[in-house]
Amino acid sequence: MGEILQQLVNGISLGAIYALIALGYTMIYGVLRFINFAHGDIFMIGAFSGYFVANAVSHILPTGSIGAVIVVFVASMTICALLGALIEYLAYRPLRKRPKLTVLITAIGVSLFLEYLSQLLFGATPRGFPEIISNHALIKSKAVTIDVVGAVVIITSFTLMLALRVIVMKTKIGTAMRAVSFNQQAASLMGINISKVITFTFMTGSALAAAGGVLYAAQYPSIDPLMGILPGLKAFVAAVLGGIGNITGAALGGMIIGIVESFIGGTFLSTYRDAIVFAILIGILIFKPSGILGKNEVEKV
Amino acid sequence: MRPQLIFALIFAGLIGLSLVTGKIDPYYYTVIIFIGINITMATSLNLINGFTGQFSLGHAGFMGVGAYVSAIASTFLTTHGLGTEVMGGVPVMAIALLVGGLAAALTGLAVGIPSLRLKGDYLAIVTLGFNEIIRVIIQNVDFKIDGISYVGGARGFAVPQLSSFLWVFGIALVAIYFVENLINSTYGRGFLAVRDDEVAAEAMGVHTTRFKVRAFVIGSFFAGIGGGLFAHFIQYITPDNFTFLKSIEIVVMVILGGMGSTYGVILAAILLTIMPEALREFSEYRMIIYSLMLIVLMIARPQGLFGSETFTRFFAKRKAAANKV
Repeated sequence: MGEILQQLVNGISLGAIYALIALGYTMIYGVLRFINFAHGDIFMIGAFSGYFVANAVSHILPTGSIGAVIVVFVASMTICALLGALIEYLAYRPLRKRPKLTVLITAIGVSLFLEYLSQLLFGATPRGFPEIISNHALIKSKAVTIDVVGAVVIITSFTLMLALRVIVMKTKIGTAMRAVSFNQQAASLMGINISKVITFTFMTGSALAAAGGVLYAAQYPSIDPLMGILPGLKAFVAAVLGGIGNITGAALGGMIIGIVESFIGGTFLSTYRDAIVFAILIGILIFKPSGILGKNEVEKV
Repeated sequence: MRPQLIFALIFAGLIGLSLVTGKIDPYYYTVIIFIGINITMATSLNLINGFTGQFSLGHAGFMGVGAYVSAIASTFLTTHGLGTEVMGGVPVMAIALLVGGLAAALTGLAVGIPSLRLKGDYLAIVTLGFNEIIRVIIQNVDFKIDGISYVGGARGFAVPQLSSFLWVFGIALVAIYFVENLINSTYGRGFLAVRDDEVAAEAMGVHTTRFKVRAFVIGSFFAGIGGGLFAHFIQYITPDNFTFLKSIEIVVMVILGGMGSTYGVILAAILLTIMPEALREFSEYRMIIYSLMLIVLMIARPQGLFGSETFTRFFAKRKAAANKV
């Protein structure tokens, strides 16, 4: 019983990170109808920005203090938001009217570019992430241990998801975003600046991925330029599982994937962990391609 | 000149060349062999991605299946009396490649039937997923027959050396000949129809799913043989030889050459095999150059360097130009 509860807690904190990345996939899919392959690498850049900012800030603010943590988060989220906007502007915008396949190939190109440019700049050897959140057990009972990092991961993720929901549901730009994802042409006729909305979507999604990257690095403190590939793919699975284009679905999907992965990790199947996540993806796409909360879309001629 | 004759002449040339390969510097020889294997891989992927328009990111998975299954076959045969001493190893290699190719084709069938209902992005990511699943499964397989270790999981698998210049380029030639003839046959128009407009093809009575699965199975078959050639050349394979990054490498060849252009893809395969070797001092820039090339190509010339020209159309055009004069 105790072990099950512990796996559940681990799963939720891992799932919260997947959910943050999945939100970016789903939002970008919502407005542009394409899978941003490079999203997992923005997550990686987020972790690296966190690493450099944390090291720079440690001269002014003590590592582990609340001020330093906030600076690290805000800085890496800003860096990635700008990077996301830049990528959209340089690589995806010229292709807006092109076939989907062209955009997909470009996204693969961007993803590889970010990975290997980082490898050139930062080196391929993993680096230890500074202990920005001083870790000790928060709740320690016989059944379950929750440490500070796990709690921070869960709380931060949920706060960000809530903030995103407020942005999407209550603000003007959020309404515009929903309008664009509902019908781009009609939205444009209503005077919505599509490019602006797309840029904003990329910025928000990338900022969330950056936050995910910093949280991930705080929990698993070893970062390297290829660290974004697998979490990125798993978050994509989460987005599809929840129903791509659906924000609540992405959060739900992330949780499910995190929990499933954490439970599998505790069994004899642990070496098959990554394969099982992909098997889930294949299963959904075959049996319910619209995901748990997604709507069915019929392709028209 | 009839294409059959051209291919026969090239084959004769290959036999001639294979007599002198022993004198080539081993380093250049390795590069040449990799060119041949990459031509097979890229030509077979071109059938799926280029001619049938189904974007697969899992070609290295099928290559891996072929590599491992053929290696199992050849290891088993060489330790059970059918080694290199029997007719210079030709029968054992032929059986190994055939078994590897068939295993890859079967995997292609198993992967293709469910995933080919999907389109574009989804198909790409599902094939990538299958690629990773295949790799993880290989990583977890390890068994022994008569005290000899097979597959070896993550540790790797030692394979007898059976590939040669003639095998590698002979197979490449067969792959090119097969794909070119298939696409230019009445039957093969179905593949192009699926690519150009699926709904219209369906309306004209083309069984689109069947064509997609066929392209997948044929492509996987040659990928499996390519894997077999690769395994029997480098003599030591690990699951890490067949990650989805390898798939992307092959995809880049197809895109650079121009999806649906056999000779463009062949040139791209040659170019992209030589380039990293020529730029060995700048090896850390290799993937950066690849990725930038993809991005710039998509923005400036999405049809690839050679568009969708084909061998025969290329010759036909020249003939037409000659007739005009």
